[in-house]
Amino acid sequence: MSLQNRLDGGLIDRSETWSFRFDNKYYKGHKGDTLASALLANGVRLMGRSFKYHRPRGPMTTGSEEPNAIVELREGARKEPNTRATTIELYDGLRANSQNRWPSLNFDAMAVNDLLSNFFAAGFYYKTFMWPAAFWEKVYEPIIRRAAGLGSLSLQDDPDGYDKGFLHCDLLIIGGGPAGLAAALTAGESGARVVLCDEDFLVGGRLNLETYEVGGMAGAAWAAETVARLQALPNVRVMPRTTVIGAFDHGIYGAVERVSDHLAVPEDGKPRQILWRITSKRALLCAGAIERPIVFENNDRPGIMQASALRAYANRWATTPAQQVAIFTNNDDGHRTAYDLVAKGVKVVSVIDTRTDAPTSSEYDVIAGGVIDQTWGRLGLSQIEVKMPKGGTRRIKCGALGVSGGWNPNVHLTCHQGGRPTWNNALAAFVPSGTLPPGMTVAGAANGIFSTHGALQSGADGAKAILADLAIKASAPALPEAEDTPVKITPFWHVKTAKRAWVDQQNDVTAKDIKLAHQENYVSVEHLKRYTTLGMATDQGKTSNTAGLAIMAEVAGKAIPEVGTTMFRPPYTPTAMGVYAGRAWGMEMRPTRLTPSHKWAEEQGAVFTEAGLWLRAQWYPKPGETHWRQSCDREVIQTRKSVGICDVTSLGKIDVQGADAAAFLNTVYCNGFAKLPVGKVRYGLMLREDGIVMDDGTAARLAENHFVVTTTTAKAVEVYRHLEFVRQCLCPDKDVHLISTTDAWAQFSVAGPNSRKLLEKIVDDGVNLSNEAFPFMACAEITICGGLRARLFRISFSGELAYEIAVPTRYGDALVRRLMQAGAEFDVVPYGLEALNVMRIEKGHVTGNELNGTTTALNLGMGRMVSKAKDSIGSTLSERPGLNEPDALKLVGLRPVNKDHMVPAGAHLMSKGTKVDAVHGQGYVTSACYSPNLGCHIALGFLKSGDTRIGETIRLVSPLMGVDHEVEVVSPNFFDPEGERLRA
Amino acid sequence: MIINHPLLGPRDSSEFVYLGDARLLNRPDWQADNALEQFIDYGHTRENPAGLHRELWYHEQGDRSWLVVTRNTVTHEITQVELARDVARTGGRSK
Repeated sequence: MSLQNRLDGGLIDRSETWSFRFDNKYYKGHKGDTLASALLANGVRLMGRSFKYHRPRGPMTTGSEEPNAIVELREGARKEPNTRATTIELYDGLRANSQNRWPSLNFDAMAVNDLLSNFFAAGFYYKTFMWPAAFWEKVYEPIIRRAAGLGSLSLQDDPDGYDKGFLHCDLLIIGGGPAGLAAALTAGESGARVVLCDEDFLVGGRLNLETYEVGGMAGAAWAAETVARLQALPNVRVMPRTTVIGAFDHGIYGAVERVSDHLAVPEDGKPRQILWRITSKRALLCAGAIERPIVFENNDRPGIMQASALRAYANRWATTPAQQVAIFTNNDDGHRTAYDLVAKGVKVVSVIDTRTDAPTSSEYDVIAGGVIDQTWGRLGLSQIEVKMPKGGTRRIKCGALGVSGGWNPNVHLTCHQGGRPTWNNALAAFVPSGTLPPGMTVAGAANGIFSTHGALQSGADGAKAILADLAIKASAPALPEAEDTPVKITPFWHVKTAKRAWVDQQNDVTAKDIKLAHQENYVSVEHLKRYTTLGMATDQGKTSNTAGLAIMAEVAGKAIPEVGTTMFRPPYTPTAMGVYAGRAWGMEMRPTRLTPSHKWAEEQGAVFTEAGLWLRAQWYPKPGETHWRQSCDREVIQTRKSVGICDVTSLGKIDVQGADAAAFLNTVYCNGFAKLPVGKVRYGLMLREDGIVMDDGTAARLAENHFVVTTTTAKAVEVYRHLEFVRQCLCPDKDVHLISTTDAWAQFSVAGPNSRKLLEKIVDDGVNLSNEAFPFMACAEITICGGLRARLFRISFSGELAYEIAVPTRYGDALVRRLMQAGAEFDVVPYGLEALNVMRIEKGHVTGNELNGTTTALNLGMGRMVSKAKDSIGSTLSERPGLNEPDALKLVGLRPVNKDHMVPAGAHLMSKGTKVDAVHGQGYVTSACYSPNLGCHIALGFLKSGDTRIGETIRLVSPLMGVDHEVEVVSPNFFDPEGERLRA
Repeated sequence: MIINHPLLGPRDSSEFVYLGDARLLNRPDWQADNALEQFIDYGHTRENPAGLHRELWYHEQGDRSWLVVTRNTVTHEITQVELARDVARTGGRSK
């Protein structure tokens, strides 16, 4: 196979030839290619359209800093927009599409923006889409949304899996170039636990891209040999395809490993990517450097790229964008590219060096002191115009241009903890400052040490310093011989032009935009960034920021360090949302807790609902029931008529023991517990310190020093945390101990007039359940079913004669089956959360809807429960005047005047004859249901001075639901107000 | 972040729940003459230092200790970790 721009050599595997498709054309490439290198080899330079002006663009780099060659990778649900062609590993059958163009990449109708560019300067959107305000949502936003943006989302669920992993190490090395490899060798062979991450699929950094020899062999060969040596060490983990995305607190780093992105689809059972959380004692940043461009007119045509990218494509990927190339440089490294290209047989037509003292060469033509002032070529570079040092211009035909404005140390991660880099005049670049993330040091080009020898040495030295710091004895391997060329650069940032010269190519920011922003007084660098959007694209300005700052400094008449830099923030490269979620999405978002009767309930065909983390039975449909209300009404009626069973295990249970247990409960509940007799249960109201109700529940005194406290399902965790706070922080010497036993006991409510008869069938001999022996609010530890220990509480949420019975969780399933069996003669029913809710509303019992974080004991009609005779959490602040206004909200019952009307929860209460608005609001509905016992809808709600308004007719309004009708204010205790049933 | 638990050693902060200012340990006397004012101050008034801050963390996914963590709010450096119970006792709290 011969491709027009495929060269000899390189690190591609020619034994594997793969076919791939870009837009509608098929091409061939090899294993080891990236999408960008394979397209270049096929003679394709045009790979995308720019964000704002839809200018034709091709790759500018070979790495993750790429601003231009971004494509939609894959199709269907796996489509990934804004993916850099320079980092996409080729695989057989790869499909990619260009984006931000219509109808095609070669002819893009939106390129008309380019002709109208005078209107689209910095601040265009701010200045244009301001008025009329009504136009914003309907007119401007749709236009902007259609015109802007790059790729499009698949709008389908991601079919791939993601995972999270945790690593611990002595030393994390970020970057596997010469510095990183030397550091890993030094630390690894000294026995330290080392993790080496590199974002490339081939570890070695620039050793794979250059022709320099290391230790007498090709740099790439030395890198491969060293990686193999490291992989043989059990204490070293080499992680290719792994990008360290952020430096977080206390030596924790985030890294994304692209496990399967180089495959068409992930292997069975393998995740697509893994988010690693790496806890390191020390980190050595060896992230290298990124070559920056020189800004000149029309410097964005496909074929114009970093000089270092040009030689990387030639050396590693055996390709070139064109057979005739030119170089534009302000430093000696630009000449290195020319040497390498000549060696690869590419024709170097000219090296234009801005320096008058530029080195000369016998291999190629050098124009010393020249600059490029114009380029041509609509869909790809065809010609450049050079402004000659002695006046006049010269036109040169070439299909590619390598630009070198010097190298920027890759300081990104050094800034993640607030550090800012400092300016180094000799290098004409920002280098890491002294304020690095704690535990981090920097080596190699990332620290401004650009030669191969310097990188190897500083990597090894960096590792040695860290080993000494960690008291690990260093056994340093000898370093190989390598080149040690000094940096020779004369800063040169941009060729002045009245036309457009591109600084940030991804966001289409020109040198002119920066000048305009300055004229409009955006003098802070952070303001400049936001006004022009310089550096705000998906590449975060990795190639463009420094030139932008230099131009800004020039127009402001300041030095670059005076202008300062903007902040780099994680992630280092764009990161898929899926990898942050890992496995925690859908039903795996949180753990799912199942009640002990879950399996049995499933067998009964129960419908489940989420209650916090729990799945609870909502109702139990019987054959023929087609609507949940039929099931719910039946369960309510049958429970009130005979007996029903409900799993209430999810309610929190906290075991409280110790000599001071009663005193402790006296502190955490606003009502008194000190005098509760053994064998009795009491309702308790728990306040927050600010006087608002936190939770309610019961406390059963099983023994002098032993209580069992219950909480609501929703607040179980929060209440336990609060009790531990009170115990440890407020009364550290009280003799009291707490443990959550929610999971230890299965608990069932057995409610209804026949509940005693049912339980009598399963309790052991000698357990007397008569009303005299075991009255309302009694509790006891008993045995059932022939010796199984159980706890019995005579408490009632339903308002019926009722019990809650608890057994060790592992017997929960057996108990519900036994109860149903024993209850058959009473036509026992299981009831779900809906029926439980109906019965508690009929009784005016409060739940989370009423304990909603804004209500006080006074609001609930329990104001007198707050004991003034003792100190308890929240008792003092519940006396705040604001919580005790004369017209405070009070819990009331509500009943529609017209029995056919329903009463929706959330509706507002209004006095008759007033305007319907927030100012005139009298309260709101918290809970509502249809009561089969009363034959109409009923509700609970809070009404201003509600306790004095019983009998009044008021308006119930829900503009949202179109409801507006009259309701009567009644007692919240709708059913059996005397409580005769529960004391029966 | 890593919190160096006084009993369990270095633990990841994801095991903890954050509450806030450790002045919550200094709960006022409910019988003081100006108890209401003191409680309002206790409940609502907070310093917001750029620097060292003593704060309460709860080891919910661990041993359920409440800790007083001294953290620099600017750098997140943690300079001291104590059991809240010990701090409370030192501050004169008992039963």
